[in-house]
Amino acid sequence: MIRQTRERIIEALLFASAVTAVVIVLLIMVFLFKEGAPFLLKFGIHAFCLGMEWNPIAMDGEPSYGIFPMIVGSVYIAAGSLVLAVPLGISCAIFLVEIAPPWAAAIIRRGIELLVGIPSVVLGFFGLVLLVPLIRDSFGGFGFSILAGSIILAIMALPHIISISADAITAVPETYKQASLALGATRWHTIRNVILPAARSGIVAAVILGMGNSIGETMAVLMVTGNSPILPEPLYDVLDPVRTMTANIVIEMNYAAPGDHRQALFATGIVLFVMVAILNAISHRALKSRMGEGR
Amino acid sequence: MSRAIRGRIFSPDITDKVAILLLWASAAITVFILVSIIGMIVYRGIGVIDISFLLDSPRMSGAEGGIFPAIVGTLCLVAVAILTAGPIGVGAAVYLTEYAPDNVVTRIITFGVECLAGIPSIVIGLFGYAFLVVYLGFGFSILSGGLALMFMILPWTVRASEEAIKTVPGGLKDGSLALGATKWQTIRQVVLPSALPGITTGFILGIGKAIGETAVIMYTAGSSLLLPESIFEPVRALPYHLYILASEGISDEMAYGSAAVLLGMVLLINFIAVAIQRYYQTRSGLRH
Repeated sequence: MIRQTRERIIEALLFASAVTAVVIVLLIMVFLFKEGAPFLLKFGIHAFCLGMEWNPIAMDGEPSYGIFPMIVGSVYIAAGSLVLAVPLGISCAIFLVEIAPPWAAAIIRRGIELLVGIPSVVLGFFGLVLLVPLIRDSFGGFGFSILAGSIILAIMALPHIISISADAITAVPETYKQASLALGATRWHTIRNVILPAARSGIVAAVILGMGNSIGETMAVLMVTGNSPILPEPLYDVLDPVRTMTANIVIEMNYAAPGDHRQALFATGIVLFVMVAILNAISHRALKSRMGEGR
Repeated sequence: MSRAIRGRIFSPDITDKVAILLLWASAAITVFILVSIIGMIVYRGIGVIDISFLLDSPRMSGAEGGIFPAIVGTLCLVAVAILTAGPIGVGAAVYLTEYAPDNVVTRIITFGVECLAGIPSIVIGLFGYAFLVVYLGFGFSILSGGLALMFMILPWTVRASEEAIKTVPGGLKDGSLALGATKWQTIRQVVLPSALPGITTGFILGIGKAIGETAVIMYTAGSSLLLPESIFEPVRALPYHLYILASEGISDEMAYGSAAVLLGMVLLINFIAVAIQRYYQTRSGLRH
């Protein structure tokens, strides 16, 4: 009897720990929306997301809260990081699974683990002291730029892209490969025409997940992108500084007075949260459909 | 079309050789990036680090002196985070692997863990500020910062523990149950001990993640450079200190030193995790 009660109590405790994560997620949504939603409704979602001017402490006239340039900044830098990290990451994954002799594979695996572990603020610092001056000296401009942000984020995204792609490539049935090689295809032809197409959905999931992570990244981009809340001019100029949504929150929380300004930062958090959630959901679905294919 | 043309100019053998060479090059670039980051930080930072740098308090907002309070701050925050995320994570993992029925509630729990893992750290920081600092009235403190860090590393401790528990052979469990042990006795005395290496490794990697995190603690833990006397006092963690030193241009030298110490802590954690894994792998290898 006592035994049974004890088992029940323990099961209840374990259940409680299991729902903790759900409770935290709900609390995050409640508090984010409680702080940010009234402002969004008052100012207008449309005006907030598509407004071109961010000027919360207007000396004269109405303050304005438009985060469109920052949404562009976030997406721009994240996309730029993928342009750099995806080809390198996928090549590296192919190398790791198909080509590498054991010693080289061991180095890469260990390297990926270490790269994941480097704190983003250390990477940001590395970008600040090495990359920014390098870009300034070789291409002109301030150095604090979309390019610098993309490179640093690419370094952060690289290990994740490598390991998920490597998983996807490993999951391709050995028989496909053997059949292709037996037909006289070279290793490269096999990789390109058999392995990569079969691993495609897993790799796509990795890329979308990387996009979500990159948009949500804060410290590293903050330190190297210059943080000016305006659109690059012209739009394709990757040497221009931008500000991301994450940087907007970090920089202005310091001095934002309670009221519209602070609420606008929570509203920025809502937009960020929603964008990342959508990307994660898509990636999740892509990974799931791959699992389905396997069976 | 270009493929057909190239195919004619180069024989498949040459294309193959070039492609393989490029794959080697991509791997080399990746390793080079890693080595240059670690190399540069260590090379420039190692000269700054000495006993007084590690054990002195900063003077003139960090331009001189050491980083002792920041190291203490980081350790306190991480301790709070792992002491809360650890038990909750293992509990959740035990529930999900051993108890959870296949129903909607279980799916919601798994989904919740996934969601939490995907939330950007600055959003967790904002939430920590609104919920812990303001709403619960914990103020800028070790408690607020540590709990905010817990929110961030919880999904990792859950997943790592789940993975570890799943690798425990079913036969061990059946044996224990057959001897008349209750489910919980089996879990506590059979399942958890065999899953311990995996769980420990997961915790250590969680610690590594928490040590370097900045955005979560900026607006929860505060930025005081004084030594804390209780968990209700604010601290400035080492990564935040590094951020301030570097972004406000206070001192490059101190920033390099702080970055090297931070990197050293993270790498050390990583090596310990790998060493534990290896140790248990060879031991179980000998046993079988």
